[in-house]
Amino acid sequence: MNRRIDITLTVNGERVSRSVDTRLHLIDFLRMELGLTGAHTGCEHGVCGACTVRLDGDPVRGCLVMVASLDGSVVETIEGLSDTGEIRDLQEAFVARNAAQCGYCTPGMLVTAADILVESPEATREEIREHISGNYCRCTGYQAIVDAVEDVLKARRTSEAA
Amino acid sequence: MKWPAMGYARVESLDELWQVLDAAGPEAQILAGGQSLLATLSFRLSEPSGLIDITRIPALRGVSVTGGTLRLGALTRHADLGRDPLVAAHAPILAQAAPLIAHPAIRNRGTIGGSLALADPAAELPACMVALDATIVVASRSGERRVPAADFFQGLFTTDLQPGEIITAVDVPVATPASRQTIVEVTRRSGDYAMAGLAAVLAVTADRTVDAARLVFFGVGSGAEIARGASVALTGTKLTQATIAAAQGALAGDLDPPGDLHGGPELKRHLARVLTARALGPFLAPAEQAA
Ligand SMILES: Cc1cc2nc3c(=O)[nH]c(=O)nc-3n(C[C@H](O)[C@H](O)[C@H](O)COP(=O)(O)OP(=O)(O)OC[C@H]3O[C@@H](n4cnc5c(N)ncnc54)[C@H](O)[C@@H]3O)c2cc1C
Ligand code: FES
Ligand code: FES
Repeated sequence: MNRRIDITLTVNGERVSRSVDTRLHLIDFLRMELGLTGAHTGCEHGVCGACTVRLDGDPVRGCLVMVASLDGSVVETIEGLSDTGEIRDLQEAFVARNAAQCGYCTPGMLVTAADILVESPEATREEIREHISGNYCRCTGYQAIVDAVEDVLKARRTSEAA
Repeated sequence: MKWPAMGYARVESLDELWQVLDAAGPEAQILAGGQSLLATLSFRLSEPSGLIDITRIPALRGVSVTGGTLRLGALTRHADLGRDPLVAAHAPILAQAAPLIAHPAIRNRGTIGGSLALADPAAELPACMVALDATIVVASRSGERRVPAADFFQGLFTTDLQPGEIITAVDVPVATPASRQTIVEVTRRSGDYAMAGLAAVLAVTADRTVDAARLVFFGVGSGAEIARGASVALTGTKLTQATIAAAQGALAGDLDPPGDLHGGPELKRHLARVLTARALGPFLAPAEQAA
């Protein structure tokens, strides 16, 4: 079996081809090979959520994905989500609500929060908390994050109704 | 820690899998969702010579119903269990279990085959499969084998899987109108493995007589533990507060929980009794529920 694998994948809309070491997880690949340093690593074993990115449309733990396995996949990072404007309102709400302090958790938190906007537009505060339960924040106490997500859910519902 | 050096191969069919397994030797491991395996590599709890990625094998995918059987392909993700209409209709306990497993990002990758092969003593799905009396479908180069869930799980992280075998699917008997299925657990934080949990599958007639009951605990022993005494205490009689109390009493003989980092055996016994009442209470006659 090979320890280097050739892969071609799409990252933030661009096709990328590389020969990668099997030891590399998706976040080290994004940060070290592609210079996309938005996604962070905290624990590197699946518990903190700092590494949350979108893979084939779904949020995943980047530290629990072997990049060698990603031939043909589509990856979106916080850089991509920022560039497309998909979560501009969410980012503005995080600023308005002071939902980021040190910012370490913020990229992962935003990717998870973006999933709430798509998957459960009617989410209650309880459901927002449940959905972000796998994303640790050591600074904010979560209250401001839940406020920000709730604001955006309400605003999007209102603009859709209008 | 970074993962150890290892090989990787992706296979596209079962035939290719058997070839690669033969060539790779016994130190290679199957990679499905990677949500347990890759985490254990970070801890260097395991150092496989290589990983064989089965996630692109079409034969391991899909959810379908044939006759009285719901078939779940081994690659069915926890997130799929939570939203598949066939699962909700025919095995509602699995739809209820999905949100209890880890967090959304992990449920988007973790698979039913991986969870059953791992046999974590606090995992939800092995207990559900025993409670449902499901059959684990296992295959190797030499063919297919069907193993009742109760025989498949053999203790702490131990199953009946033999070298060269993989789980291809799970066959679950579909729920009947008499089926009552529920899963409850206690965790300190949302998404954690359970401190104690209970998967209960009953058949209850219109006059609330319990024709069959299977109470299966997790997180209180070395695996999915059938509470035989409690199940017998409920069977053949109407479900009442009194029969629930009898089932709670029978747990003393059913369970022999070890202490763990959450607390001692007495804590686990207490939680098991609490969970029994929580699981069965909703199936009581409305008048008794209020009591
Ligand atoms: C932070 C965190 C919290 C978690 N919380 C929970 C929880 O509360 N409850 C819970 O149940 N799980 C929990 N998990 C584990 C998660 O459910 C895993 O997805 C699951 O246990 C393994 O499935 P997988 O597809 O990821 O398997 P992998 O990690 O790919 O594999 C696990 C093992 O099974 C073997 N394997 C995989 N598929 C097959 C197959 N088809 N045939 C034979 N062998 C196979 C592999 O070789 C490996 O040994 C948690 C994980 C994390 C990281
Ligand atoms: S770095 Fe991936 S979950 Fe912590
Ligand atoms: S803002 Fe510091 S960890 Fe969340």
